[in-house]
Amino acid sequence: MHTSSTLVLVLAVFGASLVEMVEALTLVVAAGVSRGWRSALEGAAAAVLVLGVLVLAVGVPLIHYMPIDALRVVVGALLLVLGLNWLRKAILRSSGHKAMHDEDAIYAETVAELSEDSDAGSEHTSKGRDPVGFAVAFKGVFLEGTEVVLIVISLGAAQNRLGLAALAAVAAVVVVGIVGIIVSRQLSEVPENTIKTAVGIMLSSFGVFWVGEGAGIHWPGSDLAIPVLVGFWLVVYFSYTALLRTLLPAPAKPVIEEASTP
Amino acid sequence: MTAAIARAARWLGRFLWDFIIGDTPEVALATGAIVAIAFLLAGSEWLGAILLPLLAAGFLLASTLRGRKRAPSRSARS
Repeated sequence: MHTSSTLVLVLAVFGASLVEMVEALTLVVAAGVSRGWRSALEGAAAAVLVLGVLVLAVGVPLIHYMPIDALRVVVGALLLVLGLNWLRKAILRSSGHKAMHDEDAIYAETVAELSEDSDAGSEHTSKGRDPVGFAVAFKGVFLEGTEVVLIVISLGAAQNRLGLAALAAVAAVVVVGIVGIIVSRQLSEVPENTIKTAVGIMLSSFGVFWVGEGAGIHWPGSDLAIPVLVGFWLVVYFSYTALLRTLLPAPAKPVIEEASTP
Repeated sequence: MTAAIARAARWLGRFLWDFIIGDTPEVALATGAIVAIAFLLAGSEWLGAILLPLLAAGFLLASTLRGRKRAPSRSARS
């Protein structure tokens, strides 16, 4: 495996984990502030544990028992779906057709919802445990983390670097966790939209590469094709954003859209 | 026990559907098409290496233009 593709792998996993964990942190902090820190932190820790077990339970058998070419086509397709969706959103956001992701707005919305629920008489247990706070924190970390798990398993399994991919994800979780503990609030200063664009570009590059490689296409330069594909998607991103900005300008107020997909 | 497993399976199915298909089924379809074309180009070098990224970029443009026309909905989360 070439150094440049290993670097792209680490950056893709670290970036994806960083933005997803920043989003999860917003929900954990909202749950902690409105329902109590103990339950929120326990919920977050339980979700991280379940996600770790998922990586081991799904990733290790995939590497050992699935034929490598079939594995590469499947993970390539998965990475392509994730990457194209992330890029699509990035282009719509940069061109003003979709509202930028806003952690402050999400935090305020979640705190308001949880406080209303608390006022309505949702009870805490005698030991200070709050099932709602636990559930919100667990769900936030688990749902945001599932995408990270898929990316770790896909990139790690396709390149036989599951350990390295998991390490990059853990590093991002630790960084966000430490910063979150220090500042005790959501991290709205993290340039999430920019990082998401970069990760979308890297996932699309790996996706196209592994689909082609698994199907039997011989990439010129082998692994060196990955940085070339990164360059290609960078050009596509800037071209499409410029196209939408100039030829198809956005309405005065950007479209605010809820998304269930990555 | 069986009911719990069935509930978990339904949840997993719904989660995967939302996760992979969600509100952009065209991206999943495009990916399926790219996989099929990749197999048709198996054994090639430059042709596949040039055509595959171009196809993906074409599908991305179509999906982005479709996303531009969508009606607004509820929340600022993503």
